[in-house]
Amino acid sequence: MRAKHVAEEKAEGGLVFHPLDQFIVKPIFGDGPVHWYTPTNVTLWMGLSLLAIVAIFVLGSRGRAIIPTRLQSIGELIYGFIYKMVEDVTGKDGVKYFPYIMTLFLFILFANYLALIPTSYSATSMIAVTAVLGFGVFIVVTILGFVLNGPAFLGLFWMKDAPAILRPIIAVIEVISYFVRPVSHSIRLAGNIMAGHAVIKVFAGFAALTVVSPVAILGITAIYGLEVLVAGIQAYVFTILTCVYLKDALHPAH
Amino acid sequence: MATETTDAVAGACVDAGGSALGMPQLCADWMPNQIFWLVVTLIAIFFVMSRIALPRIGAVLAERSGTITNDIAAAEELKNKAAEAEAAYDQALLDARAEAQKIVADAKAEIQAELDVELQKADAEIAAKATESEAAIAEIREGAKKSVTAVAKDTAKELVAAMGGSADAKTITAEINARMKG
Repeated sequence: MRAKHVAEEKAEGGLVFHPLDQFIVKPIFGDGPVHWYTPTNVTLWMGLSLLAIVAIFVLGSRGRAIIPTRLQSIGELIYGFIYKMVEDVTGKDGVKYFPYIMTLFLFILFANYLALIPTSYSATSMIAVTAVLGFGVFIVVTILGFVLNGPAFLGLFWMKDAPAILRPIIAVIEVISYFVRPVSHSIRLAGNIMAGHAVIKVFAGFAALTVVSPVAILGITAIYGLEVLVAGIQAYVFTILTCVYLKDALHPAH
Repeated sequence: MATETTDAVAGACVDAGGSALGMPQLCADWMPNQIFWLVVTLIAIFFVMSRIALPRIGAVLAERSGTITNDIAAAEELKNKAAEAEAAYDQALLDARAEAQKIVADAKAEIQAELDVELQKADAEIAAKATESEAAIAEIREGAKKSVTAVAKDTAKELVAAMGGSADAKTITAEINARMKG
């Protein structure tokens, strides 16, 4: 059935564009329906991220060497980078949330980079995934803000140093921007990753035409290079924004 | 396309050919699956990191910075010791130089003292000798004067006698003595 369909499309014209097919969720075993517990390609690539993280951070640091091996160095660099970010942005009392932020960063970073392997599945391009991350951060940070500061957390929206007339207006804007945070937080990540992968697929579709194939392949190379940057930058942006939101919860006074 | 999208969200999200209908990202049928596995993965990463990896890496980093601090402290201590040793050496050198200068000064003073004594002795000897010599010269001079006087008297007496005069000794002596003084 499927073969026949593809054959039909081939017959229609040389170009076959299915840039979004790469995001289809498929069961790994068999062809059945996708239930919430079904092991799918999502499971596979998230599991591979987990394995890569374990390989670098657990196996790499196995030696506990004072003079680190290369793998241990990578782990230590990432550790130091995120630790310093958390400490710089949230302050000393934010350091106890470091493992959570490290978990977020590592998941996004490794999912992003593994997604750059051809034929892989990019988990961070799925809005469901990034929305869970973004809204998870939002809900945790909001609850944490109220638990730690009580009603004083609402001071986040009330600019004490603004002119009295402007304060209510600013408060409204602040509240709106506060509730937009998780949306932009999650769509930024999913949008960036999805767009890059879809664009690569579109270029790959053009590569089937002999006339433009050199240009298309050069395009793929260029976009791929860009995506390597984007994968790292988006993980960094997501993490530093999480730190900024956490800082608001810890110290709501501006 | 719009109807297709609605179909996709409502239905299986995939058409008969296995291609995506609309955006797979918006397919509600797949979301529970992604969310479930995401949560599982996040919990797994969190436990691996917080139980094993992060404490271990933190300990290694702390140990390393401790080692570095200790090494720097040890180096500082050694440097201080070296500075101390240098100061001691300099002090010893200064002491030795001062000692040498003292010895030189002492020796000089001793020699000077000896020299002074010898000089004084020599001066005294020279003075004695000079006095002696003066005395001798005076004696000789006196002797010569006497001799000259005697010779002059005799000669004068002889001359007076030869010229046929006679003169008593007293007059001639007085005359000679007066002439000798002038």
